[in-house]
Amino acid sequence: MNIALRPANRRTFAKLALFSALMFGVGYALVPLYSVFCAVTGLNQIGVDRQPVNLQLDTGRVVNIEFDANVHHLPWKFRPVQTHLGVHPGELMQTEFEIINTRNEAVTGQAIPSYSPPEAAQYFKKISCFCFSKQTLAAGQVQRMPLVFVVDPALPKEMGTITLSYTFFEVEGNAVANSGDGAGKS
Amino acid sequence: MNATANGHSDHRPSGWRRWLTTTNHKDIGTLYLWFSFVMFMLGGIMALLIRAELFQPGLQFLEPERFNQIVTLHGLIMVFGAIMPAFVGFANWMIPLQIGASDMAFGRLNNWSFWLLIPASLLLITSLFVPGGAAGVGWTLYPPLSVQMGIGMDLTIFAVHILGISSILGSINIITTVLNLRAPGMTMMKIPMFTWTWLITAFLVIAVMPVFAGAVTMILTDRHFGTSFFSAAGGGDPILYQHVFWFFGHPEVYIVILPGFGIISQVVPAFSRKPLFGYTSMVYATGSIAILGFFVWGHHMFTSGMPVTAQLFYMYATMLIAVPTGVKVFNWIATMWRGQLTFETPMLFALGFIFLFVMGGFSGLVLAMTAVDVQMHSTYYVVAHFHYTMVAGALFSAFAAVYFWLPKWTGHMYDEKLAKLHFWLTMIFFNVTFFVQHFLGLAGMPRRIPDYALQFADFNMISSIGAFGLGLSQLLFLYIVIVCIKGGAPAAAKPWDGAEGLEWEVPSPAPHHTWEVQPVVK
Amino acid sequence: MSKQAQPIVVPRLATLWALTLLSTAAEAAYEVNFQQPATLVAQEVYDLHLWMMAICAIIFCLVFGVMTYSLIKHRRASGGAAARFHENTRVEMLWTAIPVVILIGMAWPVTKTLLVIRDSSNADITIKVTGYQWKWGYDYLKGEGEGIRFMSVLATPQDQIDGKAPKGEHYLLEVDRPLVVPVNKKIRILTTSNDVIHSWYVPALAVQQDAVTGFIRDTWFRAEREGVFRGQCSQLCGKGHGYMPIVVEVVSAEKYAAWIAKQQQEMVAGAEDKDKVWQLAELMQRGEAVYGKNCSACHQPTGKGIPPAFPALDGSKVATGPKAAHIATVLNGRPGTAMQAFAAQLSDTDIAAVITYERNAWSNKTGDVLQPAEIKAVRR
Repeated sequence: MNIALRPANRRTFAKLALFSALMFGVGYALVPLYSVFCAVTGLNQIGVDRQPVNLQLDTGRVVNIEFDANVHHLPWKFRPVQTHLGVHPGELMQTEFEIINTRNEAVTGQAIPSYSPPEAAQYFKKISCFCFSKQTLAAGQVQRMPLVFVVDPALPKEMGTITLSYTFFEVEGNAVANSGDGAGKS
Repeated sequence: MNATANGHSDHRPSGWRRWLTTTNHKDIGTLYLWFSFVMFMLGGIMALLIRAELFQPGLQFLEPERFNQIVTLHGLIMVFGAIMPAFVGFANWMIPLQIGASDMAFGRLNNWSFWLLIPASLLLITSLFVPGGAAGVGWTLYPPLSVQMGIGMDLTIFAVHILGISSILGSINIITTVLNLRAPGMTMMKIPMFTWTWLITAFLVIAVMPVFAGAVTMILTDRHFGTSFFSAAGGGDPILYQHVFWFFGHPEVYIVILPGFGIISQVVPAFSRKPLFGYTSMVYATGSIAILGFFVWGHHMFTSGMPVTAQLFYMYATMLIAVPTGVKVFNWIATMWRGQLTFETPMLFALGFIFLFVMGGFSGLVLAMTAVDVQMHSTYYVVAHFHYTMVAGALFSAFAAVYFWLPKWTGHMYDEKLAKLHFWLTMIFFNVTFFVQHFLGLAGMPRRIPDYALQFADFNMISSIGAFGLGLSQLLFLYIVIVCIKGGAPAAAKPWDGAEGLEWEVPSPAPHHTWEVQPVVK
Repeated sequence: MSKQAQPIVVPRLATLWALTLLSTAAEAAYEVNFQQPATLVAQEVYDLHLWMMAICAIIFCLVFGVMTYSLIKHRRASGGAAARFHENTRVEMLWTAIPVVILIGMAWPVTKTLLVIRDSSNADITIKVTGYQWKWGYDYLKGEGEGIRFMSVLATPQDQIDGKAPKGEHYLLEVDRPLVVPVNKKIRILTTSNDVIHSWYVPALAVQQDAVTGFIRDTWFRAEREGVFRGQCSQLCGKGHGYMPIVVEVVSAEKYAAWIAKQQQEMVAGAEDKDKVWQLAELMQRGEAVYGKNCSACHQPTGKGIPPAFPALDGSKVATGPKAAHIATVLNGRPGTAMQAFAAQLSDTDIAAVITYERNAWSNKTGDVLQPAEIKAVRR
C-alpha cells in the first residue's frame, strides 16, 4: 500500500464515520421532527393548543362532528354522552364524555385523541379537554368530563364531517404519560 | 502497463488461519461470496418451506407462528445475509483491480467487517430455537407487533445492529478506497460503472443503515426500558416507526439494486463489443436514483392513513424515479444497438436482468399509483413486484458478475453449456414462481398468510412448483462453480474479447498481490 | 368459481405437470384481474389499472421490440462490425423527456380518483371497525342501526384447516356474523385497533385501511349492488393473521331495516337472560362455543396452550384456583402479554359460560358453576 496515503485515508475514515454517527442521530431526530410535523399539520395532536383561536361565527354551514371512545387494556367503560353534533364553524361548543371504572381499585388513564380525516386536526381547536391531563378514577367511580372546542372557520368547505376519537390508555406505575409534547417520552 | 504478479513470497499463514486473519482484498472477497452463497441457500430453504406450506390450502407443515418466523427470517437473511454480502464480495474483489489499487484502504477493518457477519447470522438463526421462536413480524419489524414478541426479537435486533456495523465499515472502506487509491490518471469520470455504482451505494449505506440501527434500538428500549416511541399510550405513534423504517428501507432497495446496475453496465458493453452508451448520463442517472430514493418512502405506507397531500407527493416522487431508471434501460439497449453481440452466460443473465427488471419496474409504476395501490397494498402483487426487482436486480446481476469474473478469479473457464442451462432453468422457473403471484395479488390474496381461500389454490400450486425448480437449479450453479475452481480450460488474462478495464490486464487467476506498482491511465 | 379442495395430492400434481400454464386460459379458477367491482370507486380503480397496463404493454413492446431487433440483427453471427458511437445528446434528451410526458398522462386520472377515494364526508352510516388479535369488532356509530355492536370471528372449523374435513366453498373467508350494510348508501368506515396494527381490506369494494392502535383512520364505500363481499386482514398481526376474514353483506333497504330490528330484539333478549339461573351442562355447552371462538387460537382446543407465550389452562393455577382471579383475568386481560381484556367483547353470560367451561373442561374438575350475575357484580 502506498504509505503516503495513510493519513489521507484516516481523514476520510474519520469524516465518513462521523457522518454515519450523525445519521444514527438523525434516526432519533426523526422522532421530534415527526411531532413538529404533526404539530404543524395538527396530526395526532395531544397537548394543549397554544395557537390563537378564530371565533368568527360562520353560520352559513354546519359541520357534522362525531365522537368516538375506546379503551385500551383498561377496566373502564368510556363513551361519548352525545355521539354526534352539528356545529357552525367558529361556534364554541361543549360536550361530555363518561367514564366508569369497573375495577375495585383506583386506576389512572390518559386519553389520546385522533381525528378523521387526519387533516381536520388542525381546524379542530380544543379549548378545554380531559385529554390534557391524566385522569384518575376511584374504584367504581363514574365521571363525566367536559370537552370544549371550536371548529376553525378556515375549515375547507369539502370537509363536512369530522370524527374525534379518544382512546384511553392505562398509565403504568410511575411512567408518566407526557401530555405536553407528542414526542416519545423518555 | 505491465502485469503485476510479483514473485516474492508473501508470508501468509496457511489453512484456516489464513482465512481468519487475512487482510487481502481477494481473500476477503472470496469469504464474502461464499458466506453469501451459504446464506442464499439458507434463505432459499426457508423460501421453499414457505412455498411447501402454500402448495395447497390448509396447514400441512408449519404452525402459523412458525410460518411468520420463517417469512421474517427469509426476508432478513436474503437482504442482509445474501444480497448485500454478495455485492460487498464483488466490490472487494473487483474495485481494487478496476481502479489499479494494490488493496482496499483498510485491510484489518475489512477483515472485521466480514467476520462480524458470522455472529450476526448465528444470532438470526439461533433465534429460531429460543423459547417463543424467532420474531414473526416480517422483515419490516413493525411495532406494536414487534414489541409483543419474545426473546427472539431481541436477538434479531442485535443481529441487525451487528449487520449494520459490518456494512457501514465495509462501505467506509469502499468509499475511501475509491476516493484515495485510484491509479494516476484514473479520474472520477473514468472509473468503471461497477465502481461508480458501488461508490454511490456505499454512501447510501452509511446514510441509512445508522437510521435503521436507531429505529430498532427504539424498539428495544420500548420493549425493555419503558420508553414509548411507538406506543400511543406514552405519546408515541406506531406509524412513526414506519416512517423511520422506510426512510431507511427505500434507499435500502437501491442499495441492493445499484451495484447490479453497475455490473450490467459492464457486461452489456463487453458482449456488444462496443463502449457503454451514455457513460455520463449513467453516472447522473445512478446519482439521481439514489437521491430521489430518499423522498419516496411514503409509498410503502399508502394505506396507513396519511393525509391525501402526502399521498400525492409520494406518488409523484415515486413516478419520477421511473425517468432515470428508464434512461438506464435505454442506454443499455443503445449500447447493444449496432454492436457485435454474442450470448455467453454473463450476457444472457444481463439480458434476463433487463427483461425482468423492466417488468418489475412496470408493476412498481402501477403500485405507485395511490388509487390503484389501495387495492394491491400488502397483497401478493407486491410480493411479485419486489421479487421481480430484487431477485432479477440482485440475483441475476450477481450471476452475471460471477460468470463474467469467474475466469479472472479461478484462472479457468466455466462450463459454458451447463452455465447456459443454469440460466434458462433460472429464468423459466423464476417466472413460473413469481409471474402468477401478480394474479394472486390482483384477486386479493394478502401476503404473509400461511393458508388461503380456495380460489387462490391453482396459482399457488404453480408458484410452489416453480419455486422448487428455481431452488434446485441453484445446485447446478454450485456444481459449475466448484468444477470451475478445480479445473477447466485455462483462462486468458482477458477471456472476453470485448471487455475493457484494468481488471483484465492482470493475469488469470489474479495473483495474490496485484497493482503493487500502480498503472498509469492515459 | 373455486374448486373443491382435494386432499389427494399426487394425481392432482401429475395432472398439473401435464397441463401447467397451457391450460390457464381455459379454466375459470384462474382469475387474472381484480375481483368484480361492486362500487363506482372500485370500477374506476379497475379501469385505471387496465389503462396503466395498456400503456405499460405498449412501452414494453416498443422497448423490447427494439432490443429484440438489435439482438437478432446485430449479433456477431450476422457478420457486421461493431459501431463505436457512445453518446448522442439529442436522443438522450428525448428519452428523458418523453417518459416525463407519459408519466404526467398517467398521474392525472389517478389523482382525480384518489381525491374521490379520500372524500369520506357526508356519509349515511358510520361504522367503527376495531381490529383485535384475531377478529374484528363492528360498532354502528351513526345512522340507521346506531348502537348495534358485535364481534365477527372466523367460522371455518379447525378440522378443515387441519385437513381432517373437506374444505367448504368459502374456506377461511366466512365469519359467524357478517357486517351488514344497505345498498346505495355511503358507508364510512372508521378503523382502529385494540392491540397491533391490522388492515381492513375488501377487494371488491376497493377499500383497504390500516387499523392503528390509539388512532382512527377512515375510508368509505357505497355498494352499487347487493351481494356478499369477502376480504381479509392484510397487515401481519401475529399468528392468526391469516384467520381474521371480513365478510360484508350488502342488502336492500328493507332487509337492512329487518336486520336492525332483529339485532335490537336480540339485544333486549340478551339483557333479559342475565337474570336466568344457568345449569352446569348449559354453561359448558355455551362455554365451549365461546372458547372455540375466542380462546382456542392461543390456549388451544386441548387447553395445553403454546408455552411460553400462551400458557396452558389445563391444570393451571388460574383455572383451578380462586374464581375471582380467573374472572379478573378474563375481564381485564393481562397488560403486557397477549391476554386481552374481554370485558368489552363478551357478554356477562358468555364470560360466565367460558369461565365455567375452563374450570370444568380437560382435567380441571373444580365443579364451579358461574352465573352471569356474578360477572355483572364484578364489572361494577
